Amino acid sequence: MESFKADVVIVGAGGAGLRAAIAVAEADPGLAIALVSKVYPMRSHTVAAEGGSAGVAQAHDSFEHHFNDTVSGGDWLCEQDVVEYFVAQCPQEMVQLEHWGCPWSRKPDGHVNVRAFGGMKIERTWFAADKTGFHMLHTLFQTSIKYPSIKRFDEHFCADLIVEDGRAQGVVVIGIASGEFMLIEAGAVVFATGGAGRVFRENTNGGIVTGDGMALAYRHGVPLRDMEFVQYHPTCMPGTGLLFTEACRGEGGFLLNKDGYRYLQDYGLGPAEPVPRNKAMELGPRDRLSQAFWHEQQKGRTIEGPHGSVVHLDLRHLGERKLRERLPQIYELAEEFLGVDPAKTPIPVRPAVHYTMGGILVDGSCAAPLPGLYAAGECSSVGIHGANRLGSNSLAELCVFGKVAGIEAARFARTVSPSAAATLQKQAQASEHRARAIVAKSDGTERIAHLRKEMAETMERGCGIYRLGDSMQATCDKLDELRQRYKNIGIEDKSSVWNSNWLMAIELGFQLDVAQAMAYSALNRKESRGAHQRLDGFEQRDDEHYLKHTLALFDGDGRPRIDYSPVRITKSRPAVRAYGAAGEQAEKEARHG
Amino acid sequence: MADKTITVEVLRYRPEQDPAPEFQRYQVPFSDDMSVLQALLYIKDELDETLSFRWSCRMAICGSCGMMINGDPKLSCKTFLRDIHPATVRVEALNHFPIERDLVVVMDDFIDKLERIQPYIIPAEPRSLDQGAYLQTPAQLDKYEQFSSCINCLLCYAACPQYGLNPTFIGPGALALLHRYNADSRDGASAQRMELVAAEEGVFNCTAVGYCSEVCPKHVDPANAVNQNKTTAAADYFARFLKPKGSGK
Ligand code: SF4
Ligand code: FES
Repeated sequence: MESFKADVVIVGAGGAGLRAAIAVAEADPGLAIALVSKVYPMRSHTVAAEGGSAGVAQAHDSFEHHFNDTVSGGDWLCEQDVVEYFVAQCPQEMVQLEHWGCPWSRKPDGHVNVRAFGGMKIERTWFAADKTGFHMLHTLFQTSIKYPSIKRFDEHFCADLIVEDGRAQGVVVIGIASGEFMLIEAGAVVFATGGAGRVFRENTNGGIVTGDGMALAYRHGVPLRDMEFVQYHPTCMPGTGLLFTEACRGEGGFLLNKDGYRYLQDYGLGPAEPVPRNKAMELGPRDRLSQAFWHEQQKGRTIEGPHGSVVHLDLRHLGERKLRERLPQIYELAEEFLGVDPAKTPIPVRPAVHYTMGGILVDGSCAAPLPGLYAAGECSSVGIHGANRLGSNSLAELCVFGKVAGIEAARFARTVSPSAAATLQKQAQASEHRARAIVAKSDGTERIAHLRKEMAETMERGCGIYRLGDSMQATCDKLDELRQRYKNIGIEDKSSVWNSNWLMAIELGFQLDVAQAMAYSALNRKESRGAHQRLDGFEQRDDEHYLKHTLALFDGDGRPRIDYSPVRITKSRPAVRAYGAAGEQAEKEARHG
Repeated sequence: MADKTITVEVLRYRPEQDPAPEFQRYQVPFSDDMSVLQALLYIKDELDETLSFRWSCRMAICGSCGMMINGDPKLSCKTFLRDIHPATVRVEALNHFPIERDLVVVMDDFIDKLERIQPYIIPAEPRSLDQGAYLQTPAQLDKYEQFSSCINCLLCYAACPQYGLNPTFIGPGALALLHRYNADSRDGASAQRMELVAAEEGVFNCTAVGYCSEVCPKHVDPANAVNQNKTTAAADYFARFLKPKGSGK
């Protein structure tokens, strides 16, 4: 098999992967970087992030505040030392993007502007209209072109990780245009492959968000941490799940039930005031808002639409001019996809799966327990999101930890020398053989699209906004069954050139493994925290037993083994997580008491 | 409504088995809110797993899903069946690009052009991170923001008759991006980039048809970028003859 020798190979060329590549190139221009993506970099799902990226920017704000918002937002399941590092690095990374050309929205005097976001006490969300992820991605991609040491492998699909001599030493990739396999040897491997939201039915994610890196690390023995925490974004398009950014509410939008009532005030988020108040009402955190939707639906106070129940996202009072300036993409999405003019009519919305808080276990330097493997971005669990991520922390995470992963991987790569080429080749050939067997098989009867649908439905049923032991168990059983049936899939397409049928089959294998880690992690957490909410006798947070991370370990054909690890608490003891007036009261008491 | 269908004709080409591209017809259930992309996904899931096409975001921002739809270059994710029904939907790979397979085109040429225009800030006055962000007023931002909205979907290339005739032409999308950096107050390298603009493969290829801007799904208005550069490039071009110049490129 053809091989390419790199010092660092990075899989995934979205925000985190590109930032990592640039970091390696800047750390040492002599290192050869292979940047692998199954799409062209600018297609990566970072492109779809809308609202903004966090970083303390105002005089009356502080790292302390950003830290507190993040840790309480995560329901105290965050690694606090990592959060401390993160919040301190965010502003610098945002400035770095500015120097690279990111078109941040500005104030009249030319300074970068910031906007309010859910769960954030003070406005600190940097934004480029409502296409922040798009602009960050294109800025990073175009900037990366400047560095000759970055060799891109666009439209190359990562089929396996090479582990030899107890450490990660490269990846096996498939050239999508040719169907040919290639071994990319490297001293260190960085996974920046994004989340896994497509394992659910209704989701905001692009088709490529299939958990590839998570599954590969997991299969090679790296634990997936906190996989039960899956974020439902409260304002998505019914049917397709497409996202209407939180910035709609940051700019002053309301959420109304079928009576035109701002129902969030009934769920500990009030009082309802006409202008947005930070950390209250529509600017509460995503988990709470999605949960409130669920309750409204139970009470029959939602509106029935062709794609299920909806509530209304009302932007009318902001006026067309402001909407066109601050939320131009949202305006167009509503007009073109729904035929709704948001300046005149409220937008129907419902929650959809948006983000995987958990991921590949890594420490604060983005290192996985497997030496030589690093991970950054949504595929990783570096520990900043806990049980619920705050909006705009993830774009900042891509930069802060993409950079860390790049620097650390570069450092590691310089300390090691590769195992014998023949050994690595042998492994790569075995991987090729396994991947080709999927196409070669002629007697398979299961259709991948149908297995995928069954998976997505069972995930939604068992691991939705609210969860029950029975239904989670049913989902676990169903996933066990689907993994068995997966062995019997049949692939119609036998060709080499652009065989997306085959690649989607491999992706489905990844998805089923990741889904299983999610469902079993959820079933075993017998409490309610952040995005994991139960209704079967475990309605409360239980710090005594569950102030700990879940670790899911791969066990071949069997079920994942579930283990736990401690949470690192440095300065914020778990407290009541309150928003709205109650939150302000609690904060006051904490200060005086 | 559930029993309504629509006919989708797809130009198929599998280089390993098809001597030439050929249309294949599928019947797809029709509903009001379905996009052409959703119809293709239905075909792939339920009717024919061998159909290949690029897609991801489903919301007109990743730029993957450009194709010819009933003769016009469009994003399949934001072209709706309701605007075509009851007529047939006819989809083909983007014009002016070699077909890799089915609806997938070879886009190396565009990527190569993108890399050549130096699409990054070459600062007029370098700043360290400690010095903080550059100041840029909303008016300065306005000068290039529109051109920074390009999603690299290639629709404008499929629309451009000149690119069809002469593939060395840098073309609308990449020229819009080039202009995006030249017009950015933080950048100081427009002179460098203008050499490419005024060169043989540059703006003078454009015959001002304007179809590129018409098909652009993101209002980038590449024709406008090209035109602005024509004026500047022309000024440059004449300046070269007027001023005695050193050996210098
Ligand atoms: S200028 Fe418009 S049509 Fe051309 S590539 Fe960019 S977004 Fe697409
Ligand atoms: S699927 Fe992303 S632009 Fe159409």
